[in-house]
Amino acid sequence: MATVTFDNATRQYPGNPVPSVDKLNIDIADGEFLVLVGPSGCGKSTSLRMLAGLEEVNGGRILIGDRDVTNLSPKDRDVAMVFQNYALYPHMSVADNMGFALKIAGVDKSEIRKRVEEAAKILDLTPYLDRKPKALSGGQRQRVAMGRAIVRSPQVFLMDEPLSNLDAKLRVQTRTQIASLQRRLGVTTVYVTHDQVEAMTMGDRVAVLKDGILQQCDSPRRMYDHPANVFVAGFIGSPAMNLMNVPVTDGGVDLHGHTVPISREDLGGVGKDVTLGVRPEDLELSSDQSGIPVTVDVVEELGADAYIYGSTEQKLLEATGENAGAVPFIARVDGRRPPEKGEKIYLKPKTGHVHVFNSESGLRVGD
Amino acid sequence: MTLEITTARPESALLDLPWSTPLEEWPESYLAALPRGISRHVVRFVKLGPRVLAVKEIKDDIADREYAMLRNLRRLDVPSVEPFGVVHGRTTADGEPLDACLITRHLQFSLPYRALYSQNLRPDTAVRLMDALALLLVRLHLEGFWWGDVSLSNTLFRRDAGSFAAYLVDAETGELHARLSDGQREHDLDIAQVNIAGELMDLDAGGFLEEAADPFEVAASIIERYHTLWDALTGTERFEVGDRWRVDERIRRLNELGFDVDELSITTDIGGTEIVITPKVVDAGHHSRRLLRLTGLDVGENQARRLLNDLDAYAAATDRQGEDEEIVAHDWLSRCYEPVVRAVPRDLKTRLEPAEIFHEVLEHRWYMSEKAGHDTPIEDALQDYLATVLPAKPEEKAVLGVDTEEMPVISRFD
Ligand SMILES: Nc1ncnc2c1ncn2[C@@H]1O[C@H](COP(=O)(O)OP(=O)(O)OP(=O)(O)O)[C@@H](O)[C@H]1O
Ligand SMILES: Nc1ncnc2c1ncn2[C@@H]1O[C@H](COP(=O)(O)OP(=O)(O)OP(=O)(O)O)[C@@H](O)[C@H]1O
Ligand SMILES: [Mg+2]
Ligand SMILES: [Mg+2]
Repeated sequence: MATVTFDNATRQYPGNPVPSVDKLNIDIADGEFLVLVGPSGCGKSTSLRMLAGLEEVNGGRILIGDRDVTNLSPKDRDVAMVFQNYALYPHMSVADNMGFALKIAGVDKSEIRKRVEEAAKILDLTPYLDRKPKALSGGQRQRVAMGRAIVRSPQVFLMDEPLSNLDAKLRVQTRTQIASLQRRLGVTTVYVTHDQVEAMTMGDRVAVLKDGILQQCDSPRRMYDHPANVFVAGFIGSPAMNLMNVPVTDGGVDLHGHTVPISREDLGGVGKDVTLGVRPEDLELSSDQSGIPVTVDVVEELGADAYIYGSTEQKLLEATGENAGAVPFIARVDGRRPPEKGEKIYLKPKTGHVHVFNSESGLRVGD
Repeated sequence: MTLEITTARPESALLDLPWSTPLEEWPESYLAALPRGISRHVVRFVKLGPRVLAVKEIKDDIADREYAMLRNLRRLDVPSVEPFGVVHGRTTADGEPLDACLITRHLQFSLPYRALYSQNLRPDTAVRLMDALALLLVRLHLEGFWWGDVSLSNTLFRRDAGSFAAYLVDAETGELHARLSDGQREHDLDIAQVNIAGELMDLDAGGFLEEAADPFEVAASIIERYHTLWDALTGTERFEVGDRWRVDERIRRLNELGFDVDELSITTDIGGTEIVITPKVVDAGHHSRRLLRLTGLDVGENQARRLLNDLDAYAAATDRQGEDEEIVAHDWLSRCYEPVVRAVPRDLKTRLEPAEIFHEVLEHRWYMSEKAGHDTPIEDALQDYLATVLPAKPEEKAVLGVDTEEMPVISRFD
């Protein structure tokens, strides 16, 4: 059982002009499932490797529990990388397949047996312990492989995109399995993915990185409802939040006759414009032609709901990174009476469901 | 979807393979029954004209990645299997998509460790395998390659004049960096130790590990072997200015280990009383490169060492040590080496590589001489070897008929 602390942890690769991970600060609680997420190259693998002892730390410290592990070798850190290689040995029993690595660590026989039995119980493998792996189903074999990591009873599990070889359907299944197993074991876990949906469904908390800098570390709920800046707002959530620059008027911002109120206090620190963010599900059709005018380009019907993708005169923020370029305006509407393609509609944010950001710094304004 | 074949050697016969069938169900007529290591993916050997290819069914993006990685490794000149191509866009007759296939050339005369252990073994086989694997790992690490899945199954071995040479076969988990950190190197060693212990324990459980070798001791020994070699190749040495001979001595030691020194940093301290040397760029293949230059023979490092020794002995015996090396080497080739290799009957040529046969004939001569108490001429040794030793050896160009194991890739929970 252990906490994990990144304390200003910094990694700059030789030859790179800027750090790949820059002064990372995260306190991970004992037993917590923390997911590191961000676009390709943001530094999530580097962060995990620093914790594993695979990457030198150029500045700051890393702690596991109260122990400063910054300069310890991977072996001495008591962490386990899960799912990296899971060859099963055909002539050995399931129990030996799970426990043999403990022998290397000098754990005595009875202790090995005890740990293997405990792990088997958690993984529903008890009846199979004395069989050969050939006699197992695919899923059981996968659990034997997990058992190998579990019996080591490490202080921390580390996983770097463990589901990346799976197809979409299996990913979803396996995700839930890992999350529930982790909760049962209660071992502090750091998990890396580039997939924000995966991050949001699995993590107790999610840490979003961009260009080596931590953007926000919060529970999925908080992250979704209170993105700390424009980047997080656009990155988390699918379909993505609509983000637009709008001029500030007295007492708020004006959307074609519909005023979104913003407190005087909050408007104090901003310039002539703010960036306004509204999630697709936080919009409603307006009956009086006020609000955001949108021409419908595509209607995607999904049973009870429909998503419309359209164009608007509003100045939308362009996407950056992998899907760089212009983005459509997206809204969720009632699936029973969706507007038609080509139709012009007006959309208003539901009260209290707007996000306001400083258009220069990108930081969230107000709560 | 259309079938898409990426290969550096377009070969129309590739199109005739049954790509719309899952690899596991390919008809026997296409296949060569060769032994394999433990693997999660389906791997099959396929006859294609004069060559044998290894085909691995694997997810599309991983196939591309591994193909590119193997190409990089070849470019860096580290021993690995040769990538041949990738096949994408496979579908069954019903239009069901199939995974991609990564194609590599079957490495001739290579022995998976399981095939080795199914033969009668010299008692120190495990130790020699560890030496070969440690050397491979050091070479990979020197190039900045982190393997991520070091194991006996992911390595192929070739006989090399009494020892073994190791080749990387599975680059799926590998990563190429500018330089590896100590932690990354340690991690590979850690993985190696666990995997090797598991693999040897498995052989033991299957009753194949005849020798008294303890799987855990053998597995742990790779770490020490690795470190000894790594330190010899990269370690910094300091000595007094007067002991300058130690620079040459270091280079000689590295040559002995089979490495050329391409770059050595030499600095003196401020007072100028101490010299500090660190090899910066070392290049494996010292002996095999020298033999290649002298004779055009392309053989394993230890085979080369052995052949060069015989070349030196020839020069001494014919009193030509002062002569132009290349001319002497040419004569040695046509008078000593080639007659032996040519004397091997056609049907025995696939037992061992020519250089390995030459090495064994030299060994055999030594053995006969010792028994007889006087020198045996090479011709006599050769005749005896061809009559009594070689015919009893198994076929190794492409080892046949050994039970192979496969553990399918597991991608879901029940
Ligand atoms: N060994 C290295 N040498 C130099 N630069 C590196 C090295 N490894 C990573 N980088 C750089 O550091 C940055 C962060 O890389 P990292 O692998 O941590 O990103 P990531 O978020 O895990 O990306 P991905 O999702 O693509 O795996 C990138 O710009 C990358 O190019
Ligand atoms: N080019 C080749 N020449 C000779 N043997 C080969 C070749 N390619 C593969 N093999 C054999 O096939 C076996 C399996 O190949 P490989 O290790 O690439 O499969 P894998 O499924 O990726 O393995 P893993 O489970 O370790 O990920 C190897 O152990 C080796 O014995
Ligand atoms: Mg393999
Ligand atoms: Mg592999």
